[in-house]
This record gives sequence, C-alpha cells and structure tokens, in this order.
Amino acid sequence: MTLQADRVVWHRGGRLVVDEVTLRPAPGTTIGLLGPNGSGKSSLLRLLNGTARPESGVVTLDGAELSSLARRDIARAVAVVSQHADTDVDIRVRDVVRLGRIPHRGSFGTASATRDEEAVADALRHTGLTDKADQRWHTLSGGERQRAHIARALAQEPRELLLDEPTNHLDIRHQLELLSLVSRLPVTSVIALHDLNLAATFCDEVIILERGRAVAAGPPREVLTAELIARVYGVRARVGVDERGRLTVLFEPGPLESSDELTPEDAPPAW
Amino acid sequence: MVLLLTGGIVAVALSVGAAITLGPADVSLVNVRDVLLNHLGLADIPVRAVKNAIVWEERLPRALTAAAAGAGLGICGAVMQSLLRNPLADPFLLGISSGASTGAVVIGVLGVGGSVLGLSGGAFIGALLAFALVMLLARLAGGGTDRVILAGVASTQLFSALTSFVIFAFADADETRGVMFWLLGSLEGVRWDDVALCAVVVLVGIALCLAYAHALDAFSFGDEIAASLGIAVARVRLGLLVLTALITATLVSVTGAIGFVGLVLPHAARFLFGPRHAGLIPATALIGAVFMVWVDAVSRVAFQPTPLPVGVGTALVGVPAFVLILVRKRRGQ
Repeated sequence: MTLQADRVVWHRGGRLVVDEVTLRPAPGTTIGLLGPNGSGKSSLLRLLNGTARPESGVVTLDGAELSSLARRDIARAVAVVSQHADTDVDIRVRDVVRLGRIPHRGSFGTASATRDEEAVADALRHTGLTDKADQRWHTLSGGERQRAHIARALAQEPRELLLDEPTNHLDIRHQLELLSLVSRLPVTSVIALHDLNLAATFCDEVIILERGRAVAAGPPREVLTAELIARVYGVRARVGVDERGRLTVLFEPGPLESSDELTPEDAPPAW
Repeated sequence: MVLLLTGGIVAVALSVGAAITLGPADVSLVNVRDVLLNHLGLADIPVRAVKNAIVWEERLPRALTAAAAGAGLGICGAVMQSLLRNPLADPFLLGISSGASTGAVVIGVLGVGGSVLGLSGGAFIGALLAFALVMLLARLAGGGTDRVILAGVASTQLFSALTSFVIFAFADADETRGVMFWLLGSLEGVRWDDVALCAVVVLVGIALCLAYAHALDAFSFGDEIAASLGIAVARVRLGLLVLTALITATLVSVTGAIGFVGLVLPHAARFLFGPRHAGLIPATALIGAVFMVWVDAVSRVAFQPTPLPVGVGTALVGVPAFVLILVRKRRGQ
C-alpha cells in the first residue's frame, strides 16, 4: 500500500489539466511523469501531495483518502521537491534541511532532538552537502540548492518522494548525480521530467501525459517509441539501444514527415 | 540561547529603570528602587510624595507601555514579513494604522459615540474594520500573499484619504494638531490600565507566535513547501494575521501609530540572531522593548518641555542604528 491515484480529474482555471489518470507505483520504484509542457505533470503532482483535491477519483495514502488525513500525517509519509522554491530569507543549509523535521514535531517542541539531528545529518550526507551545512542559501549554486531541497525532503523521512522537474537548470553532471541519488533512495519516487534519456536511464516505469490524459505507461523500453514521441511531442526521434543495452533517444530537427504525422484521433492506442 | 534571553530580559528591566530617571524632575535610580519596593509591598521606605507620583503614576507606566508596544510591534512585523514573504511588510501593511486613524478622527473630530468609546475605542474598531476589509478584498481577488499585500495598500490609501477628508472638512486647528500628534504615536498620559491591557495582549501574542514558530519557519520557501511540511497553510496564515491584527490594533489604540519599529527591528533581530522563529520571536520582542523604552525616554526629554511624537523619534534614532547594523553585517561577510 502506498500513495495511489485512481482515475483523478482536475480542472484548473476552467481547463481540464488532469483527466482520469491512474497511478499505482510499486513501493520503492522510481516513476517518471513525461509529457510536453502543459500536459499536466505538475498538476498531477499537486493532486498527489494533497495541495489540490481531485474533482472526481481519489488519491489514497495506505488506502485512506488523502483529503481525510491531517496535513501533518501526509507530510510524515510524502515529501515534495517543487520547482522554483526559493527564498529571500538569509538561511543556512542546515536550517533548510531542518525544515524537514517540522512534520515530526508536536505542537510544543520536538519528540526527540537527537533523532532530528540524526535525520538531518543523514540527509546532508546522502546529498553530499555535509561540508556545506553552514553555508548560506544565497551562496549556493543552482545544483546545490536543488540538492538542499532533496536533503530537506529526505530529512522528512518520507516513504514517497514527489519531484517536479528537479533537473531544471542543472548542468549534465548534476542532472546525472541528482537522478542517480533519487533512484537509489529506498523510497517510492514520482518525478516529472522533460529529458527522455534521463527517464529511460533512471526510471523503472514511465507514464506519458498528453493534455491531462495518461496515453501510455510501463517500462521506458516498452513505452518510449519513435511513434509515441512523434505523436505526443510532435518531434521526429530515433530510438535505439546502445552497445551497453541502454535505451537512447535521438531527436531530428525539422518538421515531422507526413508519414510520421499522426493526429490523436487516428493514432492507434499505445497501450 | 537561554543566556541571551535572560540577558535580554535584564536589559529591558535596566532600560526601564534608567529611562525613568530621565526627565525634568530629578529622580535617581535609588528613588526608583525605593518606590518599586514600596508598591510591591516589599519595603516601607520613605519617599517624597512628588517623586513617588512621578515614578509610579507617570514614568513607570509609560516606560512599561513603551516596552510592550516595542515588543508587540516587533513580533507583529516579524510574523507579517514571514507569512507574506515580503521584507517590507510591517504591522501596518494591512490598513491597521490608517483604519485606526480614521476611527480616531471620526470620534475625536466628528464626535460620533465619543463619550462611550473614546479615541482609543474608535481607533481599535477602525483598525479591525480596515483589517476585515483588507481580508475581504484579498479573498475576492482570489487570495494569495500578493493579493493580501495589494488589498492592504489600497485600503491604507482609502482610510488615509478618509482621515484627511474628515480633518480638512470638519476639524479646527487645535483638533487637527491633537489628532496629528496622536497619529504619529504618543505615550503621553498612559495609565496602569493601559499597561495591563498592552502587557497581557503582547505576552499572549508572544506565546502564541512561539507555539507557531515552526510553522512560520515552514513558510520560508512558499506555500507549497509549507503545505508539504504538514502546515495547514490557509488556516495558519489567517489565524496568525488575525492575531497580529488584534495585537497591533490594541497597541495603536493606546499609543497611536508608532512606525518603523515593526518594519526594521525584525530585520535587525534576524541579522543578529538568525531567521529561525523560535529565536527570532523572543529576540525581536526584547530588542523592540529596549529600543522603544529608550526612544520614548529620549523623545520625552530631548525638546522639553515640548514632547516629540515617539513615532518621529523611532525613525530618527532607529535609522542610523539600522544603517550601522547593515554596514557591520556587510563587513562580517
């Protein structure tokens, strides 16, 4: 039993952004949410973390409907790394990571200060930030800030980790480091991603969203085909397997050839 | 931390004691101690009646009210800045001071319900009405911190205009001067019941803000992160805004609108003690209390016999002090 979405629907600003999406990640796996801009990746993540409530369908945590749970109980199981989470506060890295302990506190102080400090130290070590713990937030690079957010989420000791395009603005090395870190964590991760090669490398399963609908789901090798990429992204791609058995996606510039061009209506169902 | 807090409380007590000795009538620290011991029933030392009256009826309640106002405005500013994620937020951002001034002039100049409410009552009601209007406007505009701030700015303009209108249309020169003095902040003639009111409201306020210190920390990275950390964002924000509104409205109704303290002292406290609210709230309260006691004492004696409005004093004393902190902070990095 984990965090699951069952046929959730959500309109945002009059537009249908999530349309009957079902998500049942196996515990401990890494799930990639793929799809073009505006396909509903971030919206689905917001439904999953309970900051928005689906109009129909349910999101459940261990079988209990998310909206029936207290925010703090959700926060003890589900941690979020969102886009653009920045601050003007002159805060140290260690204090950012300590924020993750908030859900584990009672109203009048903490259950165990040593437990908190252990969790913070572990999170800093996992993300390679132990040496930077006393640095101030505004002195960090983009990659370090993203890692600090992940450390904060880890300090929450969640079972589920939701990440919204965590590799944005990171250079290639940091993208790889960050995703290999996340995929090694003993938690279930749901990651909204743009980079199909990263998704193919690090995700156990991917879900392709198009205008709010899940149009394909499964292991990257089965789902990420040239036809699907042409249809969903409107881009010509060559999908191959390299000599080490990894899926690679190469993109071709220029418009789709007419034979590639499939409108959603006459496209064959992908799954 | 405990050491700093104790030090801060001692500093507040010493400041109050020292501030009482300042002024045209000659009062020594020994006099202050004797009067205090007598009134607390711990001693029976002969003190001249005039000195007793000056200390007990005049300067002590005044200094204590100043301390409460400084502490209260300081924490309200700190909370507002964190909740709205805006370094320029202050306790008066949401229309409270201009609402209070409108309430005060409606009673002081137009004489509506004046005998029942008094200037203070009018100010309190005006402040809360303005705050309610701001929250309503923000809600109609779709909520969110930006909308709250914009609604606050709009309402501040509206109530300031109403205040000016009433003064221009109906007030004579004396009334205008009296209202203006009050608007700039004044601790003239505060009594022990004012002290009790302010002290209770501010102490309860500090306790509640401390209980929500972690929630306030959680707001540093915005609403979405706060929610993911288990904070019921909408409920906590509304509750804390109402709390700051009640504290500020109470203080404004007693002392008038004392500017600067709530805007700048939280920044000074953050520079000195860091951004975590468990430390920031008490630090801001103590710095605010010490600061206000001294500014009030200086405003009282600087141009005697004419007192300076304390709101003028806060900026005149506070800005150079703040610049000093900024410069030292920069050198430290």
